[in-house]
Amino acid sequence: MSDEQHSHVHIVPIRVYLLVYVALLVLLVLTVGAAYLPGHHTTLNNIIALTIAIVKAVLVVLYFMHVRYSTRLTWLWASAGFFWLVIMFILTLGDYFTRHWVPVQGWE
Amino acid sequence: MSMTVARPGEVRHNYLNAGDTVLSWLLTTDHKRIAILYLVSVTFFFMVGGLLAALIRLELLTPQGDLMTSENYNRVFTMHGVVMIFLFLIPAIPAVLGNFLVPLMVGARDLAFPRLNLASWYLYMAGGLIATWAMVRGGVDTGWTFYPPYSSSYSTSQVTLTIIGAFIIGFSSIATGINFIVTVHKMRAPGLTWFRLPLFIWAHYATSVIIVLGTPVVAITLLLVVVERVFRLGIFDPALGGDPILFQHLFWFYSHPAVYIMILPAMGVISEVVACFSRKRVFGYHFVAFSSIAIAVIGFLVWGHHMFTTGQSVYAGMAFSLLSFLVAVPSAVKVFNWTATMYKGTIDLRAPMLYVMGFLGLFVIGGLTGLFLASLATDIHLQDTYFVVAHFHYIMVGGTIFGYLAGLHFWWPKMTGRMYPEGIAKLAALIIFAGFNLTFLPQFVLGFLGMPRRYHWYPEEWQMLHVMSSAGAALLGLGYILPMFYLLWSLRNGALAGPNPWGATGLEWKTDSPPITHNFEETPIVTEEPYAYDNHHQHEEVASGTGTGTTETRDSV
Repeated sequence: MSDEQHSHVHIVPIRVYLLVYVALLVLLVLTVGAAYLPGHHTTLNNIIALTIAIVKAVLVVLYFMHVRYSTRLTWLWASAGFFWLVIMFILTLGDYFTRHWVPVQGWE
Repeated sequence: MSMTVARPGEVRHNYLNAGDTVLSWLLTTDHKRIAILYLVSVTFFFMVGGLLAALIRLELLTPQGDLMTSENYNRVFTMHGVVMIFLFLIPAIPAVLGNFLVPLMVGARDLAFPRLNLASWYLYMAGGLIATWAMVRGGVDTGWTFYPPYSSSYSTSQVTLTIIGAFIIGFSSIATGINFIVTVHKMRAPGLTWFRLPLFIWAHYATSVIIVLGTPVVAITLLLVVVERVFRLGIFDPALGGDPILFQHLFWFYSHPAVYIMILPAMGVISEVVACFSRKRVFGYHFVAFSSIAIAVIGFLVWGHHMFTTGQSVYAGMAFSLLSFLVAVPSAVKVFNWTATMYKGTIDLRAPMLYVMGFLGLFVIGGLTGLFLASLATDIHLQDTYFVVAHFHYIMVGGTIFGYLAGLHFWWPKMTGRMYPEGIAKLAALIIFAGFNLTFLPQFVLGFLGMPRRYHWYPEEWQMLHVMSSAGAALLGLGYILPMFYLLWSLRNGALAGPNPWGATGLEWKTDSPPITHNFEETPIVTEEPYAYDNHHQHEEVASGTGTGTTETRDSV
């Protein structure tokens, strides 16, 4: 961890922003490219697309939103946001994945 | 804390006389003035929502839908819900009392981001005016829950405009939440450790956590309804390949915790008032503080209890039912601790304390009937009946509005420098309590008998209960009108309050009433726990002008 992470005003070189921007564009191209993979690999495509999306989100949060250079408290709050997202996904999917455990007339 | 007493005839500088032009109010960044702007605005929208409620109760006087068409009835109850929830209940306590008191209670000069605070009021007004415009253009008829596919594919009312209004108001809420969180973390006075914070601050911190983590979800969800409605992009409508239950998950992920956004700040008010008028420290301070955080967290795990009968899986229903029972625990912790605070206290039955006692009874009824609805089997009978309507009004009106009125009376002397008239205030509190119960107790019976919500035709045998309810609403309306008159009257004619008319602890009582623009002449240093009522004879000290209260002073920083 560098000393800069503790400073209140961290000036990020424009080069870093540009690099992140280029990385995001490359990942965008990869996402589109993955959709054209030969054959119908729905599961594989979903895994690839979601992985790329997560990498992009992390880049945005760390660099564009300056979380990388912020205090532990900011890290805690940023993590809380994702933790709550996980709560939302798990409990919602808890509904979708268990719907067919009890057969319902008309749903088969 | 140095606190000079005004000499007779001397007009001291304070936040109210710091500027008297319209612009000095519209461009202010003083949290106290912004609180007043919010006070005026939420009162206006409360009156609009109240008028719509009056129309509903008038219509329900007779079993026939004879006052308005079914279509108009749909619009009236929807707009009553939208206005009361988004424009009154959610902002009322945080944006008015919270805005005024959070910086004062933590010993700060203002909130962390004063301009963001002003921006939040403008966002609130913009959203409110758009929602009002939607009403003028015919209103919306989907119910305040905007369930698709009706809202996205079928309704011909002003769904898009209303949702845009609600979307903008959400950002006002988020701005306030962020401001409170940063202020509590960063701007506490020297010596004001977390466990010396007033419970009002803990409650507002917990509320802000919910606001910041939940509001973006409902914002994007409502926007998706607009996207489906305008661009016919299938998200929630099965006819377009969407999933309507997905909307319900996303909507209630915020909108159930939104109930805690409404009730937690009220709970903060109750803690302050009950301690002051029992002359005792709050029983189990740490438990009350952490129960706010527990409510904020567990409150996010229970939303599926709104969906027991709408197609959600049985197993998800079981999990949500269990989790819903869990959230009753921290709520009960609070109620028991407040009651224990009063035990052997020196209780002073002023108007704010009457509201507190009303709150305790009504919140317990509201909370316990919530357990009926959290139970899978009983909910199948009670879902979408007047039992639900009665239950949530006991929480929102009996809880939030009683808390709001308790707080408004309790801090009125601080906000305005004037005392409200005690006798008529007590009378109003009693009228509101009686009117409220007459309005909503019969609705439990109606719901249990099978009266569905959102219908204006009903069998004749239920008319007596409906007439009782409507009569209660008239009484309740009278009770609400009284404070509007006597509080305004007190602005000129009320007795001068002095810095601490209740002999209360807490930093907000250590400065003038009304406070100066920057709150404190010197930054206070806190050396003691909160609610040290039994350590000090605070009241006598203040009255004799010798009090040092719980603070020392140091030079301004």
